[in-house]
Amino acid sequence: MGSERHTSVDEHTRSILVPHIGRQGAFVDALHDVQQAFGYLPEQALRVLADELKLPLSQVWGVASFYDQFYSVPRGRNIVRVCTGTACQVRGCQAVLQRMESVMDLKNGETSADRAFTLETVNCVGCCGLAPVVVINKKVVPNRDVERVIRDLSKGDEGDE
Amino acid sequence: MNIEQLTVLRTAAREKLLVRDGEKSKDGYEYHVLVCGGTGCVSSGCKSVRDTLIDEIKNRGLEEKVRVIVTGCLGPCNMGPIVTIYPDGTFYQRVKADDAVYIVREHLEQGRHIEGLMYRSPETGKLQDRWQDIDYFRNQKRLVLRNCGFIDPLSLEEYIARDGYAALAAVLEADSPEKVIDEITISGLRGRGGAGFPTGLKWGFVRKAPGTPKYVVCNGDEGDPGAFMDRSVLEGDPHSVLEGMVIGAYAVGASQGYAYIRAEYPLAIKNFTYAIELARANGLLGKNILGMGFDFDVEVRVGAGAFVCGEETALLESIMGRRGEPRPRPPFPAQEGLFGKPTTINNVETWANVPLIIHRGGEYYASIGTEKSKGTKVFALAGKVNNTGLVEVPLGTTLRQVIYDIGGGVPNGKALKAVQTGGPSGGAIPAKFVDVPISYESLAELGSIMGSGGMIVLDEDSCMVDLARFFMDFVQEESCGKCTPCRIGTRRMSEILTKMTQGRGTPEDLELLIELANVVKNSALCGLGQTAPNPVLSTTSNYRDEYDTHVKEQKCPTGVCPMRVAPSRVRK
Repeated sequence: MGSERHTSVDEHTRSILVPHIGRQGAFVDALHDVQQAFGYLPEQALRVLADELKLPLSQVWGVASFYDQFYSVPRGRNIVRVCTGTACQVRGCQAVLQRMESVMDLKNGETSADRAFTLETVNCVGCCGLAPVVVINKKVVPNRDVERVIRDLSKGDEGDE
Repeated sequence: MNIEQLTVLRTAAREKLLVRDGEKSKDGYEYHVLVCGGTGCVSSGCKSVRDTLIDEIKNRGLEEKVRVIVTGCLGPCNMGPIVTIYPDGTFYQRVKADDAVYIVREHLEQGRHIEGLMYRSPETGKLQDRWQDIDYFRNQKRLVLRNCGFIDPLSLEEYIARDGYAALAAVLEADSPEKVIDEITISGLRGRGGAGFPTGLKWGFVRKAPGTPKYVVCNGDEGDPGAFMDRSVLEGDPHSVLEGMVIGAYAVGASQGYAYIRAEYPLAIKNFTYAIELARANGLLGKNILGMGFDFDVEVRVGAGAFVCGEETALLESIMGRRGEPRPRPPFPAQEGLFGKPTTINNVETWANVPLIIHRGGEYYASIGTEKSKGTKVFALAGKVNNTGLVEVPLGTTLRQVIYDIGGGVPNGKALKAVQTGGPSGGAIPAKFVDVPISYESLAELGSIMGSGGMIVLDEDSCMVDLARFFMDFVQEESCGKCTPCRIGTRRMSEILTKMTQGRGTPEDLELLIELANVVKNSALCGLGQTAPNPVLSTTSNYRDEYDTHVKEQKCPTGVCPMRVAPSRVRK
């Protein structure tokens, strides 16, 4: 079982890396693509990446762990991110975060047991005019609509773009 | 295409935009309906407004009379979704899908304007039906934002109609690289990312630096929380940034460029990438640009959520696929930048200014602004202010004009307390300085910085200790950890501020906080660390009494801070 799974991660990762081989400094782009494919950065994929790009695994891990938006553990199918930029802070994002924690029964940074949702914060998405906002998957949602969107997503209605 | 073909295309493209200039069209369209498609309006539901408009226009058989165009960000995000109808420029705000049906039947079919969707001046109560008449726009000078909210950002033709790529054509045809650098120097343009370094001087260094190939880089890692100028320009007018980069590359002698855009801006990445493809397919990028023998290409690199990557040396590291850690300067990127080669790195707004300066002349640009701060600056106005959104004004405009004349003042009759400029690297400017003209120099004198243009309005309910805590939490989280003063200093300051906001601070803590702030400012490696103490320094000097109340009386005058938290809940 385990080795079969490895084989498929290996092959998938290799196919993702094809366009990046030989491109100068394309390593961060490659990580983005791998994460896009798996939803996070599986250790095995990083091993393949190190091998294919001829980099030490320590360097690969050093870069992957440096950036906030690379994840080493699986995340939820739906990502709810409370914006904590300055405008959202001034307009009460801490209360929004507390409300989300209680509505979703998750702490900031946690993923639900069924992997349906991850709750996290984000440093400003540039939607300060509508502050406070929450980003649900790729969509910026004004405060008043957040609970409705989450309810729809819980019902399995993929309302996002 | 070559220069001649560009000119022909421009003439044809202009005819298609006549309606938007308030003139009669030659192609049969009586109305252009512009739907703002910036990130703000997308989140308030502009897509269903657009779809309903298109459906209803079809239902009523008006397709030959009415064109619907989705634009980039127009600016006033709190009024979205926004629909503007030309030739008049009628401005409808907070439009819902149901209203869209009404707009088609009333305005487009009957020619009757809909009062209920119009903007009403909060002061006089009078309707302001055209966008040009609304105080928010009337008091701005939109040069960088000239096309934002006015053209379809995915249309090369519309950009060309608005004199797009005319500056590039003129430069390739008649100017030496040195002449281009001279023109930028004459304009007085200074880096819009925050530091305000003279752009012409920077380009001159790269031009003269030995080593090939040379690179140009666009810094689109707009990390300051509360700033979204670059997002809007990349979304709404991507070609202006691209044209600026091509002109810059010609001036410094570069053949490859990179645009580093933060991952939090998916629409900006999409629109800019599309602009690159269009430009390349039309001979405006790539080999032999406009048939004039100049080669240059641009690649987009997407950030991955690290604030420090806005610092130029960290950004270059990230483009090279490494940890985004800054390094000491010198050598400056102009000598040793990307892949060890001479590199000019400028912010999105700086690049967007370049075609404008070349097209209208350095002298024209230098006629706007103050003695040392030329041109206009785009600010992202947010926080406790009635009209939030993008605002472009000539430098030298006062904070009062921005917050009151354009921003419509502080909501709910509250008093203005301070304005935070420059994000976590800046400071809070007390309300008493609201009549100071905005320039790089004046903001520095007030203990803040111009920064990239974030402008957060704080009212009497805001606690300055809590504000400092907020920024310090942010910075200590984002500190890359390479140098000790920043890694440990910002952490200690954040802990002290947290203590204060929980009612456990002492007067000795306050002394230590100020001492630490000065140490970190003087000893950190890069701009992030050196400017990180600014919010602390500016609030402790201007609002000392508020700190004193926190540490001597264990009280928060505004009631924002959760004083007296049980010891078990205190953050470790």
